[in-house]
Amino acid sequence: MPQPADNPSAVTLTYRRETFTARPGMTVRKAVEQIGLNPESVLAVRDGQLITDEVVLESGDRVKLVATISGG
Amino acid sequence: MTAKRYPLMLCRHCDAKAVINMRQHKLALCGPHYVDWVHKQTARFIDEYGMFAPEDRVLVAVSGGKDSLALWDILLALGYPADGLYIGLGIGWGIGHNPDDDTGESEGQGYSDTSYGYIQDFVQARGGDQTLHVVDVAEEFGATIPAAARVTNRGREKPCSLCGLTKRHIMNRVARDGGYDVLATGHNLDDEAAVLLGNTLQWSVDYLARQGPVMPPSHPGLARKVKPLFRFYEREMAAYAIVRGIDYIYEECPFATGATTARYKDMLNNLELSSPGIKLQFYLRFLKAKKVNNLFENAHRTLDLLTCPTCGQPTTNPGECTFCRTWDRVRDRLAPSRT
Ligand code: SF4
Ligand SMILES: [Zn+2]
Ligand SMILES: [Zn+2]
Repeated sequence: MPQPADNPSAVTLTYRRETFTARPGMTVRKAVEQIGLNPESVLAVRDGQLITDEVVLESGDRVKLVATISGG
Repeated sequence: MTAKRYPLMLCRHCDAKAVINMRQHKLALCGPHYVDWVHKQTARFIDEYGMFAPEDRVLVAVSGGKDSLALWDILLALGYPADGLYIGLGIGWGIGHNPDDDTGESEGQGYSDTSYGYIQDFVQARGGDQTLHVVDVAEEFGATIPAAARVTNRGREKPCSLCGLTKRHIMNRVARDGGYDVLATGHNLDDEAAVLLGNTLQWSVDYLARQGPVMPPSHPGLARKVKPLFRFYEREMAAYAIVRGIDYIYEECPFATGATTARYKDMLNNLELSSPGIKLQFYLRFLKAKKVNNLFENAHRTLDLLTCPTCGQPTTNPGECTFCRTWDRVRDRLAPSRT
């Protein structure tokens, strides 16, 4: 189903304290790249479950991006 | 426009939905098979690199972060009776985190206490009968790390060198006094590759000569040190913690911001994006060049190590070691002046 980019049922992604939106139908990898993050440096969690980069995001999805790099 | 449908990535072993895809291994796995894979790989690395034997007593240095808690979890799952060591550094959230705190310490509610909370939760979730050694720096040596650093360093420099010196001392002491055969730390491949990149950019041959997953003690006051997770990507350890439901401290130590290590890790991950596996190759081929081609063999400086009369740990100069001298100075400077 075609979805305009500003659809209210867009995908929500959170990273650290920031929130981003993405278009449904996009892969996790594409959404992560669009935010400007390196897919190698984050993990995506949806409904408490880890999901792989190839997963296609659906409208209303809430995805938490977990940074995996620490600098200590 | 219709969204292109991608086939779901499935686990190599059971056709369930994969939770992780490791491009460098061309391997995608579901949660249970991933956990199983991590356990088997770790057991293999411990054996292959001669880290320790099943009957050895292992002390795990736990910080509350994902890697060290994952390591403890893995060793317990593999049946090693591993004990933990937590070092309370007394680090707060840093300036700006708590508006009521302008010293950057907020003792009692900061980074260190939050880290300790996660470790206590970890132990409790496993029935609470794991041994956790706790050393509180302020209680034992008279000042928190930030407070001590302020009186030893010029200005407001980072406390990291004092922190590292103190942690090393405590780890060696607890391992030795507790009769442990080996001290295990949670360093992952990203940690090791970032250090290798730094050492290579500087051609620090004596560091390069020493860097590796197993460090035999060069003095009776030192513990044998091993890094059982050194072949796992940092991303894989974060995934392991999530899949196993291990809660860990997500925030960084406030003094770690802008650390060179994080920059090197970013650079390596940018390379990894276009060349999956390059990070792992960089590190493994370094180890191979050392072993097979004797690279840096001549850089091994055989320092004459002396023994500190106060603590029994090694020192290169006669008299007290750097640790003892530094903390003596801290206590002198912090002592209320006598009238
Ligand atoms: S970042 Fe520095 S101060 Fe913080 S834990 Fe690491 S070494 Fe210690
Ligand atoms: Zn499976
Ligand atoms: Zn000493």
